[in-house]
Amino acid sequence: MAVVEVRDLVKEFDGGKVDRVRAIDGVSLAAEDGEYLVLLGPSGCGKTTLLRTVAGLEQPSSGEVLIDGHDVTGLPPRARKIAMVFQSYALYPHKTVLANIVFPLRAAGMAPAERERKAGWAAGLLGIEHLLGRKPRQLSGGERQRVALARALVRDPHVFLLDEPLSNLDAKLRASARDELKKFQDEIGTTTIYVTHDQVEAMGLGDRIVVLADGRVRQVATPAEIYDHPADTFVATFIGSPPMNLVPRGDTLVGFRPEHLLPAAVLPADAVALSLAVERIEYLSGDRHLYGTVTGVGEPTKVIARLPATVEEPIEAGQTHEFAVHTSKLRFFDEDSGVKCDPVRLGG
Amino acid sequence: MSTETAAPTDAAKPSSPPYRRRIADRDGALAWIFLLPSVVYIVALVAVPFVLAIAFAASDVTAGDPSFDFVGLTNFARVLDDPVFWRSLGNTFVFTGISMVLIVVFGKVLANILVADFRGKWIVRFCVLLPWTTPVALSSISWLWLLDSIYSPIDWLLRAVGLLGPGENMYWLGEPGLAMTSVITVHVWRLTPLAAVIMMAGLVAIPRDIEEAARVDGAGYWRRMFEVTVPMVMPVIAVAALFGAIFTFTDMAVVRVLTRGGPNDATQVLSSWAFYRGIEGGDVAQGAAVALFLFPLLLAAAVAILRAVRRIEVR
Repeated sequence: MAVVEVRDLVKEFDGGKVDRVRAIDGVSLAAEDGEYLVLLGPSGCGKTTLLRTVAGLEQPSSGEVLIDGHDVTGLPPRARKIAMVFQSYALYPHKTVLANIVFPLRAAGMAPAERERKAGWAAGLLGIEHLLGRKPRQLSGGERQRVALARALVRDPHVFLLDEPLSNLDAKLRASARDELKKFQDEIGTTTIYVTHDQVEAMGLGDRIVVLADGRVRQVATPAEIYDHPADTFVATFIGSPPMNLVPRGDTLVGFRPEHLLPAAVLPADAVALSLAVERIEYLSGDRHLYGTVTGVGEPTKVIARLPATVEEPIEAGQTHEFAVHTSKLRFFDEDSGVKCDPVRLGG
Repeated sequence: MSTETAAPTDAAKPSSPPYRRRIADRDGALAWIFLLPSVVYIVALVAVPFVLAIAFAASDVTAGDPSFDFVGLTNFARVLDDPVFWRSLGNTFVFTGISMVLIVVFGKVLANILVADFRGKWIVRFCVLLPWTTPVALSSISWLWLLDSIYSPIDWLLRAVGLLGPGENMYWLGEPGLAMTSVITVHVWRLTPLAAVIMMAGLVAIPRDIEEAARVDGAGYWRRMFEVTVPMVMPVIAVAALFGAIFTFTDMAVVRVLTRGGPNDATQVLSSWAFYRGIEGGDVAQGAAVALFLFPLLLAAAVAILRAVRRIEVR
């Protein structure tokens, strides 16, 4: 059963002197029970607005929000059985960690003994028992995140809403915090909606990823599906680093990932041959990134090839080399709409 | 590119180096120049009068006989023997205490209105700030008319709704209890906007996330107000309260215009008593002695403000 569902959601903001701005433009989505659904998109795509609308912090201009099958569209946040972790963590700075964690329980009118037990359980689960007496300003970024999670956890929410919870952490901490988030969700199994602009987070955490752009859903699929079979050129170029190469050919675009553009010598049969005039080579953690112009599939186009460390063919900048892409790795998009279309036969 | 062409011309004129140390680059000199006006101001208008007041309080200077003779603590002894002084001191505390509480409560409510977003908010903001922008003497005179013993519009209103019989009057400034109420009302009315603006600054500084987190956590309006908002703006509330207290504590304009300390010294406060004694009564020495009793209390208030401000900075 869908725990969270939004139907034909539209959210407009008053743009002042300009026209009204559509932050969410007709989104329909459903998160299944226990699912980790990641909303991914560039900044300004409406992902945070969508999350806030599910939380009840924003009211939609039209459309419905359903939680556990009940229409909660007009209800305030507290009536929605949700818990939210904010980007800034939004801990109460004047309260101790313990007081922060029990705050939702006191608001719910729970008895003191029960509150203590519950807070102790949440603190134990997140490994922050030793911090209960401290104030938020005495905590590190990672510790704050765990306190925010504990505060969300004690409410027994039906849905967790996480708004870019890792973006305030430094790069080193982010990887381990991502690990912890994943373990945490595996343990409690609560449906989670997670907003991020970081595709690495989205790929690592999500059971399914919703790619949003300009307030619309571009694709909803598993990380592998999103990466291997992008629905359109936006998803193809937004996901993946470096992004998918797109080569115009007639009225279609031929797409292939940089790691699939390999020297012809290392590819077996069933590959489309093309030549790559290499202009520049970058060494990045063992891989070679080749920047050059490809000819032979369509119009000459600037592309990037990523050769894994295992491919040891000598490649020189300033030379043209024989490259190839396996036919199964080619993707095709309509040039006008950018939407995925039927394969086109290439070459002879 | 352009530097290559510019460099030879500079080199050709060694008499004028390309960079000269200007006055704006000399931090030490600048510090003195910028500080000087306030130093002069503080010395001339704070330090000198303060020393003068201490000197006068220890002398027998009067308006009729300005010759300075040292008399030690005689003036203070006379002040402490004066029942009007004790009455004024008590009144000062009553006025300040009650006004401070009311200013904070109303200021908080007004601050909430000031930060709220609604149609026509500018006119509400304008009206809220009006009492603070009006000079005390002018607004006190308006209040004097409002509280007139015979023609008071407030009495007229009370008569219209039947709370007062025909021909009856409240004598707002004539009855001791009502006179105190009137003075406190005017103090609260004129100082609430200042407190509201100070507290508004505190409210605006609260991150929106925290307010929203409290809403998601299930806290209702009053719980959010008293468990999240108020504790977070507490240092700012303290500043607003202390400013209100200082302005009430030292003000004599309201008392002077409305009641002149009457009836029968019921609304006499330290500053007005010092004024009547020292300026109107001509006993400069004793007026100075009365005024000096304000000093330790104001000092305490100033220290408290500075501490509250430091707490804001720490957070």
